[in-house]
Amino acid sequence: MTRADRSRLPEVGPDPPFRFPEIVRHVLPNGLQVRTLEHRNVPVVTFVLQVWGGAGADPADRHGLSALTADMLDEGTGALNAIGISEALAQIGAEFDIDVAPDAVAVTLTTLTRFADEGAALLADMATRPSMRAEDFERLRQLRVNRLQQLRDVPQAVAERAFLRLLYGDHPYGHLSIGNESSLRAMTLEDVRQFHVRSFRPSGTTLVVVGAMSHAELRAVTERAFGSWPEPTGAMEPTEAASEIDAPLVPEARLAVVPRDGAQQSELRIGHLSTRRDTPDYAALLVLNAVLGGQFVSRVNLKLREEKGYTYGARTGFDWRRGVAPFVLQTSVHTAVTADAIQDALDEILSIRGTRPAGAREMMLAKATLTRGYSRNFETTQQVARSVAQLVLYDLPDSYFEEFVPRVEAVNADEVTRVAARYLDPPRLVTLIVGDHQAIAASLRSLPLGEPLVIAA
Amino acid sequence: MDLPFTKHTLDNGLQVLVHEDHHVPVVGVNVWYHVGSKNERQSRTGFAHLFEHLMFEGSEHHNTGYFPPLQQAGAILNGSTNADRTNYWEVVPTSALDLALWMESDRMGYLLPALTPARFENQRDVVLNERRQNYENRPYGLAVMAVVAALYPPNHPYNWLTIGAADDIRAMQFEDVQAFFRTYYHPANASLALAGDIDTETAIRLAENYFSEIPAGPPPEPVRADASIGREIRLVLEDRVEMPRLYIGWHSPAMFAEGDAEMDLLSDLLANGKASRLYRTLVYERRIALDISASQGSRELGSFFLLVATAAPGNPLVDIAVAVDQELQRVMDEGPTKAEMERGEAQAEAQFLYRLQTVGGFGGKSDQLNAYNVFCGDPGYFNHDLARYKQATPESLRRAAKQWLHFDQRVVLSVVPRGQTAGALAGSEPVLVS
Repeated sequence: MTRADRSRLPEVGPDPPFRFPEIVRHVLPNGLQVRTLEHRNVPVVTFVLQVWGGAGADPADRHGLSALTADMLDEGTGALNAIGISEALAQIGAEFDIDVAPDAVAVTLTTLTRFADEGAALLADMATRPSMRAEDFERLRQLRVNRLQQLRDVPQAVAERAFLRLLYGDHPYGHLSIGNESSLRAMTLEDVRQFHVRSFRPSGTTLVVVGAMSHAELRAVTERAFGSWPEPTGAMEPTEAASEIDAPLVPEARLAVVPRDGAQQSELRIGHLSTRRDTPDYAALLVLNAVLGGQFVSRVNLKLREEKGYTYGARTGFDWRRGVAPFVLQTSVHTAVTADAIQDALDEILSIRGTRPAGAREMMLAKATLTRGYSRNFETTQQVARSVAQLVLYDLPDSYFEEFVPRVEAVNADEVTRVAARYLDPPRLVTLIVGDHQAIAASLRSLPLGEPLVIAA
Repeated sequence: MDLPFTKHTLDNGLQVLVHEDHHVPVVGVNVWYHVGSKNERQSRTGFAHLFEHLMFEGSEHHNTGYFPPLQQAGAILNGSTNADRTNYWEVVPTSALDLALWMESDRMGYLLPALTPARFENQRDVVLNERRQNYENRPYGLAVMAVVAALYPPNHPYNWLTIGAADDIRAMQFEDVQAFFRTYYHPANASLALAGDIDTETAIRLAENYFSEIPAGPPPEPVRADASIGREIRLVLEDRVEMPRLYIGWHSPAMFAEGDAEMDLLSDLLANGKASRLYRTLVYERRIALDISASQGSRELGSFFLLVATAAPGNPLVDIAVAVDQELQRVMDEGPTKAEMERGEAQAEAQFLYRLQTVGGFGGKSDQLNAYNVFCGDPGYFNHDLARYKQATPESLRRAAKQWLHFDQRVVLSVVPRGQTAGALAGSEPVLVS
């Protein structure tokens, strides 16, 4: 029997150059922007309808309006009520979901290619002609109010909500898409109707279609379903996009606690606002994040999980949006080690800015993680369609995915240190704990963060 | 629709499955060990899962952590443990297949020399954190633990969840870890699937090259255990939650046994999605529940069917329980409608097709080949599996419901906000889990 050579790891050859499928653009006479891509792996087709707005477009006294409006889409259209729509989706084996993001709402439907027309028609009916019945509105609003009550017991959700508020204050990005109880209670069906008319209109909206069909066939499917969607008449008051509104630079507090008596773990968020998705430093920031906390072998996870055993996992990330995005370190740690874990996390953020810059091996690893095997991100029609929707969301060129790998590969260690120093700002870092305040209060005084702001859940 | 493959068994018993798909230049590498928490014993729980963690810490010839070389090659990787099996996977660029097989074979053949007490103790802490985060500190996080503890006797290995009991995890000994590896982690108890941009001949040659030197261990003893309950067990659990929630659990047919697909179809028909009967009645029309779902948790020794519903504020759990039983009775009496059957079949067919889109990762084609191979002894079971759903009839669903969803042989757990045990179903016994 032969034995494998285990004296060293096998060499790995280069990746083949990454090719993204051709994106063909069409504009329907009503102004709807259509992107079609052929994807012939499996006889499946995905539609992503992306409209501007999202949670960032919620009026200040109507937080949750965008999400509730989106929720109304599959509650009824034409002769179908919510049950009827759900049955119609099941009959074509469709997967359907709605994503309410800070800058946009994306409605995604995937079905078998033989049901492409049925799927497109159903999507068009829901998105462009929802019934918007009062009884459905009342029921959904109540479900969301109840959901908010339940979220009070979910430490991650409590942390998300409090942290957005700490970072953004009153800025339109400063709330969860679900909104809050009082804004939901204040909402009327008329608010929802108006918001729908404002957001769901052919001009400015993009429909991405990816499937095992030709461009001509994909286009024909979309024309049949969306060609008669009229642009609303009458001028719309333009509203200022959330991305164009200045966000607060200096946070209200450096340390905050949401008490959760008897909690076994402390849910932690550490971060501050950073920069926009369209920053020219985007690629360098991705590499920085991969070194710091964006992957399993990053500094933060290795320190907090593999070295200290404080947590099941810790990571960092930029929660990108068109406007200024947060940089966030998040983890959940055993209550007893809360202050130690925070100190370790702060130290990692501080040191990557200069005292311990990214090393050659870390750079190689971070860049490889981002670039090698890149094609696996585009196996399914949903992956491809959602990726193209991102191009539209962030005004990126159609060549973006093919340029991604060389762009990241060109980032060097000096650039990473430069962007770390520029975009990570330790004095502005906000640390939020959702945990047992009594149990940790004394240990928090060892941190150089001052007295904590105590926030009710 | 098909999932074609080639099967080749090495002399040491390792079963190698290869599926070619050249759409994307990556390969899904997937290893299953036929071991899970059902191979654990009472008071020694949590072992299989903790062990999975240790498989990422290094092996004799690469003793510095499993992630860096693979990530540097552009791989994504993970692993998971359930009651019946443990799986490990990498999705690698085709040019890194050699590396992935080197790494997988090294930890299959040479883990113990690299396994130190310090690594073991560190990962034990990580797992205790995982347990706190995902169970103890999560609303309703202990509910399913309470249900299975009541469904199965204490010496039945489905009596506990895969994460294990915190005390058992703390009490684990390093020597036990070594013995566990020798018993279960060897080629004769494993299945290797490679799916993606690879030609079959090369794939088999590489598998031979890296794995054939590893000696086979003795095949583990099959686990046998029976469970039944002769009455309705009512329990109440207090938790840090806002809304009371009802869990109803039944024993149900084992994975791939007669009635298993029917129970899966029944779960959707009854409680999953807005078109399901109970969603319509409880959430949409009467609004006495906030959500409802059901699942057929298919497992080797026997499955359990679980129905979960959260009460809307001001509505007692008993109203939900009564409505559920009415609907169950109706399914047992009348069976599903033709339209319900058509929808169930259309959804099953689409789901099987969607599953063919990815080569690697959880649920990808390599994972499916291993599942069919390990659980059915036939990696080509894909179409038989689908046929189970297509051949189900209103009568077979009605029969399955009648045979398994007895009102007087089940566990009914009320999870209530602390201090509100009065909100539980009448006659519920307090239950303690931690």
